[in-house]
Amino acid sequence: MSELLDLKLIFVTGKGGVGKTTVASALALFASTRGKRVLICEVDAKGDVAGFYEAPPTSFNEKEILPGLFAMTMDTEASLREYLKLQLRIPVVGRIGPLAKAFDFVATAAPGVREILTVGKLCYEVRERRYDLVVVDAPASGHIVGQLAAPQAINNLVKVGLIRTQTDWMLEILSDHRTTGLVAVCTPEEMPVNETIELAGRIKAETTVQLSGVVVNRVLPELFGRQEEEVFDSLSSDGPAARLNELVGGDAGPVLDAARLAVTMRRTRSTHLVRLREGIDDSVPMLYLPYLFTRSHGLRTTRQVAASLGEELGY
Amino acid sequence: MADRNERTDRGNRADRANRSRRSERAEPATTPARPSRTRRSPRAGVEGAGGSMDGLLATKEIAVACGPGGVGKTTTAAAAAVMAAVRHGSKVLVLTIDPAKRLANALGLDGIGNAEHRVPDESFRAAGIKPRGQLWAAMLDTKESWDALIRRHAPDRQTRDEILANPLYQNISGRFVQSHDYIAMERLYEIHSESDYDLIVVDTPPTRNALDFLDAPQRMADFFSSRLLRWLIVPYRSRLVNVATKPFYTIADRILGTEFLGDISEFFILFQSMYDGFVERSEAVGRLLSDRRTTFIVVSTLEAVPLREAEFFAEQLTSRRLHLGAIALTKVSPPSLRGPGGASVAESLKERAPELAASLATDLEAINPSLGDPDQIARVLNEVADSYLNFQVVALREMEEQATLSVVPDVLATVPFFDTDLYDLAGLFRLGEQIWE
Repeated sequence: MSELLDLKLIFVTGKGGVGKTTVASALALFASTRGKRVLICEVDAKGDVAGFYEAPPTSFNEKEILPGLFAMTMDTEASLREYLKLQLRIPVVGRIGPLAKAFDFVATAAPGVREILTVGKLCYEVRERRYDLVVVDAPASGHIVGQLAAPQAINNLVKVGLIRTQTDWMLEILSDHRTTGLVAVCTPEEMPVNETIELAGRIKAETTVQLSGVVVNRVLPELFGRQEEEVFDSLSSDGPAARLNELVGGDAGPVLDAARLAVTMRRTRSTHLVRLREGIDDSVPMLYLPYLFTRSHGLRTTRQVAASLGEELGY
Repeated sequence: MADRNERTDRGNRADRANRSRRSERAEPATTPARPSRTRRSPRAGVEGAGGSMDGLLATKEIAVACGPGGVGKTTTAAAAAVMAAVRHGSKVLVLTIDPAKRLANALGLDGIGNAEHRVPDESFRAAGIKPRGQLWAAMLDTKESWDALIRRHAPDRQTRDEILANPLYQNISGRFVQSHDYIAMERLYEIHSESDYDLIVVDTPPTRNALDFLDAPQRMADFFSSRLLRWLIVPYRSRLVNVATKPFYTIADRILGTEFLGDISEFFILFQSMYDGFVERSEAVGRLLSDRRTTFIVVSTLEAVPLREAEFFAEQLTSRRLHLGAIALTKVSPPSLRGPGGASVAESLKERAPELAASLATDLEAINPSLGDPDQIARVLNEVADSYLNFQVVALREMEEQATLSVVPDVLATVPFFDTDLYDLAGLFRLGEQIWE
């Protein structure tokens, strides 16, 4: 499964609340600890990524926040400026006046322009080969397809012009399955699983990008084997339970209840896991990350998740 | 917590669930909710200002459920609507964006697009609930709603057809992210002004930023009244480009190509005919959101990241003078995990596992001869204790998070974690009871 880290550009997406940013941050961190030069780019400018590394806020200009790990925040306007400067050699950007406003307007009026500037900047970083790996904390699964399909959509809408000529090399990078991949993050719950299966279908139908992996986050540990569960059931029945209370000199009820809850949760979640595996193409690897009970926000958590990812990737 | 007394009866979950279902059938749903048993705020002092969801929803005409992704917004909105219909005897609509399949089924929305649809009384009866009012449900179909909007505002048939066929329009209405935000609010306005619901509960679309949908009406108005829009349209019309606008066109031309620019212009010329209607409408939508009949329910879990986002959102609501009616905290760990006694019992289960197992072996053997292996019993005791201690860490962290909550809404509701997915009417009612008091 280590091929995942051989990619040059990885988009990480997922339904809100499943841990998309955690996984993106951990993946980038793990790759950097394997000696790669990594850029992590946050596209949904919420400023979360910095928090996962306990680093100061990031900006469009990438900054090395840990050894070998660089971080940036996508800013489509800054991306347009960079693009105009680099590609079009338009020196008058400063004199155009309300460029920002004009751009904002065109971007709003012409869907796909904003997306293409985001994808364009990412592909540009890959093409320049300044990094071994670019990890993108991408938009949530509802929006990622639009973004990845943007170069193709622009090709259909815009017949001539410089943007048109630019989309060809982007498509080449995005369509190369040894270069670019999408990772979908999911939890073993109903809605996230539905959304992941739906996403897999749409990615295949509407883009040229490959789904390179599904990360299942917050998998609960299995408490008991089958016979142990029978022991547990009997332990919870009236006689033995009363005896247990007597032996420990307290009420063991809440403790047994918590284990019962854990068992039920695990069982509900297993059915969703089965559904996920059946709904996703066999060729797509799945990585399972444990539920972190001691989890709290920050670098420590990111390190823990990175370690689990590493194990799942076979390192 | 009244709940703890129940633990002594071995807290058999299934039994309890059955009992409460039976009682729902026995008592007509019109009786007030059961007393404080449903109150599960882990800490006094961070309660809301003392109001109840019951009172809030009896007063308001629109309740907007919002908050970060993945916290159970849709389910919470549906549960609140179910309760209002059942208890208040009013005509309630729940407008959902993207419900889970089983939730859509429960609300009878499967395969139904934009249309409002009444949840049949038989569905309630099947769930053992007797509603006094009516529950209606509708799903938001962005594309369909946009088309309806165009049909309403287009000055004539030809303009309407040209807009509907324009490739840019199709792109905007289908893909353009912000268009979801706008259309959700627009649809709310339409329903509110044209129908006779006593209460409309709205779920909000997943946005990049939870505030986007609040700004959407204003942004839409700004967009269509922009001077830049006129710039863009001028050359197409007259082909006269003045000195001031030339650099803009030069760049736009080089980036997008003249043809595409032509498409854009055409689209906006068509759209301009609807300008007044659109701006007026956007402003009306904006006014409706700040109307005193509208309230906002911020939904969040007690995890650090979503809670901070929800808190930020609540602060924004307040600073915009919008009505922050309630904060609903979902998936909260059961109170039994917070009791001080549990931890010490768990500790002794671990420390004394072999000894306890030896004593319990005969009892278990009496039930089933194959269950008397002391080693196995000890392993189970260890796992049970570990599991409790693990979940207790989560519960304690949640308590801490709730204590740091700086915004005080009228209503602070906590919804306990349910061990199964709740996607039928009975489940929604169970959940609703938790947020009601």
